[in-house]
Amino acid sequence: MLSTYLLETRNCLMQAIFDQFKLRAEAVSAEVHRFSSNTSALQFIVRYLQDAGVADSPDCYAVWADCPFLRTVDKKQVAALVPGLTFEVTREKAAAAKVGISQLDWAMANTGSLIQDAAPIERRLVSTLPNIHIAIVETNRLLPDMPAVFSKIRPEQTNYISFITGPSRTADIERVLTIGVHGPEKLIIVFVDDMAGVN
Amino acid sequence: MRKEFRDSINTALHNPNLTGALGRFSEAYRISREKAYEGIDFEAVRTQIADRKGYAASHLDELADRFTQQIEARGAKVFRTDDPAKVREYILNLAQQNGVKTVVKSKSMASEEIHLNKHLEKAGIEVRETDLGEWIVQLAGQTPSHMVMPAIHMTKEEVDDVFSDKVEQGQAADIPKLVKFARGKLRTKFLCAEMGITGANIAVAETGTLVVITNEGNARLVTTLPRIHVAIVGIEKLVSEFADVVPILTALPRSATAQLLTSYVTMISGPVPNTDGTPKQLHVILMDNRRTEMSHDPKFKQALQCVRCASCLNVCPVFRLVGGHVFGKIYTGGIGTILTAWFDALRSSDEIQSLCIQCGNCTQFCPGKIDIPGLILELRRRIAVEKGQPLAQKAIFKVVNNRRLFHSMLRTASLAQKPLAKDGFIRHLPFFLSDMTEFRSLPAIADEPLRDKFAKIEQPKCTEKAAFYSGCLIDFAYPEMGESVIKILNKAGIEVIFPEGQTCCGAPARFSGAYEVAAQNAKDNIDAMLSEDVQYVVSACPTCTVALKHDFIANFESLGQTESLPRARELAAKVTDFSSLVKKLVDEGRLTFKEGRQLGKVTYHDSCHLKRTLNVSEQPRELLTKAGYEISEMYEADMCCGMGGSYSLKLPEISAPILERKLKNIKDTGAPLVAMDCPGCVMQIRGGLDKDGAEIKVEHTAQRLAEELE
Repeated sequence: MLSTYLLETRNCLMQAIFDQFKLRAEAVSAEVHRFSSNTSALQFIVRYLQDAGVADSPDCYAVWADCPFLRTVDKKQVAALVPGLTFEVTREKAAAAKVGISQLDWAMANTGSLIQDAAPIERRLVSTLPNIHIAIVETNRLLPDMPAVFSKIRPEQTNYISFITGPSRTADIERVLTIGVHGPEKLIIVFVDDMAGVN
Repeated sequence: MRKEFRDSINTALHNPNLTGALGRFSEAYRISREKAYEGIDFEAVRTQIADRKGYAASHLDELADRFTQQIEARGAKVFRTDDPAKVREYILNLAQQNGVKTVVKSKSMASEEIHLNKHLEKAGIEVRETDLGEWIVQLAGQTPSHMVMPAIHMTKEEVDDVFSDKVEQGQAADIPKLVKFARGKLRTKFLCAEMGITGANIAVAETGTLVVITNEGNARLVTTLPRIHVAIVGIEKLVSEFADVVPILTALPRSATAQLLTSYVTMISGPVPNTDGTPKQLHVILMDNRRTEMSHDPKFKQALQCVRCASCLNVCPVFRLVGGHVFGKIYTGGIGTILTAWFDALRSSDEIQSLCIQCGNCTQFCPGKIDIPGLILELRRRIAVEKGQPLAQKAIFKVVNNRRLFHSMLRTASLAQKPLAKDGFIRHLPFFLSDMTEFRSLPAIADEPLRDKFAKIEQPKCTEKAAFYSGCLIDFAYPEMGESVIKILNKAGIEVIFPEGQTCCGAPARFSGAYEVAAQNAKDNIDAMLSEDVQYVVSACPTCTVALKHDFIANFESLGQTESLPRARELAAKVTDFSSLVKKLVDEGRLTFKEGRQLGKVTYHDSCHLKRTLNVSEQPRELLTKAGYEISEMYEADMCCGMGGSYSLKLPEISAPILERKLKNIKDTGAPLVAMDCPGCVMQIRGGLDKDGAEIKVEHTAQRLAEELE
């Protein structure tokens, strides 16, 4: 009885934090999706890559950096569905890719930001060079605000931490907001509630 | 003021792209900034920042050591120097030793401060700025016009011209296309560069972490693709704890670009792998360039609390007219004037410090709680000490320090102006003086100053007494304002005395950096105002009130004249501005307004020193409302009117457009009356409306209230 109550309270709270994240992230031109399982999230990503025109030719590749989400994924099968998708992330591939995919560690609700230990090079290549960045994050990794995030991240343990808030932007010409400068012009955030078998 | 400097001001003022873009931006900024701060206690956040950065400024050595230890333990190399030349040398050596041909840079003010690009380019190394605005400015061979938006002065057509001329023919004046073009062109540079140079917004000693804040994603590429990363960090970027990042990261994006957070925040605490698996070379340059010296200066230490958000530029009534180019250096605006005086040379700030109108607007917005106008005044004082005062100014102040001579000259002027004055206004002045009446009429000097009229004013005998400090403008131009004050206080059962020995409050001398002159004025006034035992010393001029209440003390303190302090404090304790005193008397039931008056619309202009130094803004509004007026707020009611004491005489070309904006905002309310608490503002605004021909009455609040009290 009590545990059901606690679970429901927790879900309500999570929903409220998620709603705030979505509101903030969309306000800075990110797309936010939420899926209950890996399977449905993977279906979405595959469909997205196909629709985005990912193909086995320069400027059309997709690069997917190693991450916990991939542990339950049959990479060969997925690669067969999406020609041009590779899990071997190199500088050259990333520079010629249309889409990059990675998993991020935390989400910060009150600014709609994602936070990642980005020391491994492939995590940075897939989120800096391609036009589109698909960012996977576990729903239970949502934190309310900056103090909460700062209590989790450890700069003394990792040499490169990235905060990402929406796609890259500039207002340097006539103060007109333009999305997509040196970084991605699209940020697609994919929340997964139950990343089965991962943690 | 050199002709070149005047010319640069006029060039800026006559550049409609610049003034248009900056003007629209400053208006949009206030609204979007406010929205970005929703739900955030700005005062609390900035108190934290001032506290943490203030602490860091007192422990620079210790923090630099700790930072170095931490980041070097993880494999980075730290080079610390006071000398900009050594920074240039270090980077050039590093580049040459590693066969670097191309450098990509994300925005770094510290690198611009030491003119790094020129140095590397001279040695045959290609240096590319990659921040879009910086790249445009670099291609155009210009300098940034704004610290956060370097190319705000250029239109898309001009950017198109620059791209077509310098990079590739046939671009279009279409912003998304121009941005795409830049992405494509710079992408090849990112991929081929062997060295990336960045600045840092924060450096954390506890963890040895650099925090880099950007929007375009260029800093992420600069720190990822080239095999060498050099970060140039001014040591004032150091903070002690990792937790100190939170308040800065809360305020900086909100104050700089009205964002809750920038697109990217990157925290680097050591070398990361290159794309070929080798570890990156990470060099951090902790650059001093007089910052430590600054931290030992009791006045200027607080300037190290700056987070470089540029909000002092965005809310400055002068900056939005002239932009950054007139500053002639890397750091611009209010804080830029101060940084230039230190990082460049005191004399480099000689002209640009005169641009500050001392309205204090920036102090309300600074996330580092820096008293920017106060520090600029201190620069002015030090320059005056170093260079000596200009002869003409010296002559004027000599007169001002001799009350009898000063007052007799003003009386003579009242006779001399006769042929020029008409219905209380002087609309044209001959010769070089004509600038003063170009954009506004001046008040004619009164036939009979208040000090002469005073004896003839009949007052009830009361036990409670107030001394009236008129200030020069009320005494000699607007005695009727003083008469209104006396009438009101009499109604509350207070008798007013007028100490004869009172003279100029010293503000003009102080604002010119002539502190000795101001101190002499202060002594004369303290003697005069404390000559009789009174409950209150009241003034109807906010600038005089600030002088009596704060500046006399500050002046004696900076000149080390401690023996004068007790009497200055005794006076300060009795001093009150007009509206605060009247509000108190109304609250105590000693003054009552006439019943049921419906007086129509009035708009109220906040005078700079009243609102921002004395924190008085609601009192006059409440009094006018109680009297029966309906307040119709004007846009930017607390923005300076452009008077600024002698500023409007020294820089009439800037004063005029500031006034023009104010007049428009007044007229837009449709109110037939504008009230304010400062005779200087009355002089400026009344003179402007007279020239303009608008049928709007301009009055001191005292004049309006005198009629409406029982």
